[in-house]
Amino acid sequence: MSSSEIAVDTRVGEYALRLGDDALVLAQRTGEWIASAPELEEDLALGNLALDLLGQARSLLTYAGQADGSGRSEDDLAYFRDEREFRNCQLVELPSGDFGATMARLFVFASYQYELYSRLVDSADQTLAAIAAKALKEVAYHRDHTGAWVIRLGDGTEESHRRMQAGLDTIWPYVRELFESDDLVTELAAAGIAVDPADLDGPTMTHVRAVFLEATLDEPEPASHHSGGRRGIHTEQMGYLLAELQHLARSHPGAQW
Amino acid sequence: MVTTTIQSLRDLVADVPDPEIPVLTIEDLGILRDVRSTADGAIEVDITPTYSGCPAMDAIRDDITQRLIDAGHERIRVRLILAPAWTTDWISDDGRRKLTEFGIAPPSGAAPHRSGPVTLTLSVRCPRCGSPDTRELSRFGSTACKALWRCNQCREPFDHFKAL
Repeated sequence: MSSSEIAVDTRVGEYALRLGDDALVLAQRTGEWIASAPELEEDLALGNLALDLLGQARSLLTYAGQADGSGRSEDDLAYFRDEREFRNCQLVELPSGDFGATMARLFVFASYQYELYSRLVDSADQTLAAIAAKALKEVAYHRDHTGAWVIRLGDGTEESHRRMQAGLDTIWPYVRELFESDDLVTELAAAGIAVDPADLDGPTMTHVRAVFLEATLDEPEPASHHSGGRRGIHTEQMGYLLAELQHLARSHPGAQW
Repeated sequence: MVTTTIQSLRDLVADVPDPEIPVLTIEDLGILRDVRSTADGAIEVDITPTYSGCPAMDAIRDDITQRLIDAGHERIRVRLILAPAWTTDWISDDGRRKLTEFGIAPPSGAAPHRSGPVTLTLSVRCPRCGSPDTRELSRFGSTACKALWRCNQCREPFDHFKAL
């Protein structure tokens, strides 16, 4: 995909940025588990899962910089934007918490990504369709793996059940944001380019609830929901995450590694 | 400028090894998608990643470029293409045999289709003793493309290349 073949459309650029930032930030959070997971096999699993997300982020951010006409590279976008310019949902930036909360987030997000990419493979935008077809195979595996943990912990001991439920309760106020539409996605969805997040709510939750049932977990009912990530509004944690993600590139501008 | 046929160009780069599984070439793996010469005299090579985040792609790109430079070519473009998405179905029979010899169980069966859930592999043969009595230890192995298995017969752990 050379840049000469890419048509400039700032709306498509913004859409790719949203999907790319979700993957980038969750890759960063998940990578924090490497060498800290409860068992060696899970260290490898979380490392590989983060690597898949990072790969998706690289493709999406590269495309975002081409589609918006700015010519920014994946590195420009990852390392040299400030907090308010990031378009990820708040769910992915939350601290990972314990293993239960980590699996709660990864499972819900993989379930959402699975439904998203299943539909994006039919996008009228060929680059987005190609990235989705590649990513779909990966997130199907993520959904399966994390779902197995949710069941194992939820339907496990009294303590594992308690912590799995607590993990769900922690992330739940941030889940609705995944399914929020705005003018940009509605317009792009009408053009057959994007997937309207509102259309993913039903199928994602059907899968999630089926797993909760098997895991003997209750779907939380939080008093309020958070959102704003798509407009650059983030939680307090985002600044700390970016400081760690970006400090090396910013300390040595132009360095290649 | 060196005059060469497309086939000889392909032969030149086809046996570039995968840096993570060095017994396999990029041709065996199905990573090498196309080699062609363009109207402006450049050579274009298309490669596709096994996984979005496969860290081997940069090394493979450099190796291909170096091979072509060593053969006297100057204008080289290695393109990373995503569509159609790579599948383990593209691993050649020769590649599957080499994987087994290397101690990695090759993907068994065809890749799962997009609509269904991740299919479970019914029987993975131990690459060491050949027993079908094996079990999965972890869904993720030493690299993104492998899972960790163990043979119940000879008790050896081994990598299994996941069907994708």
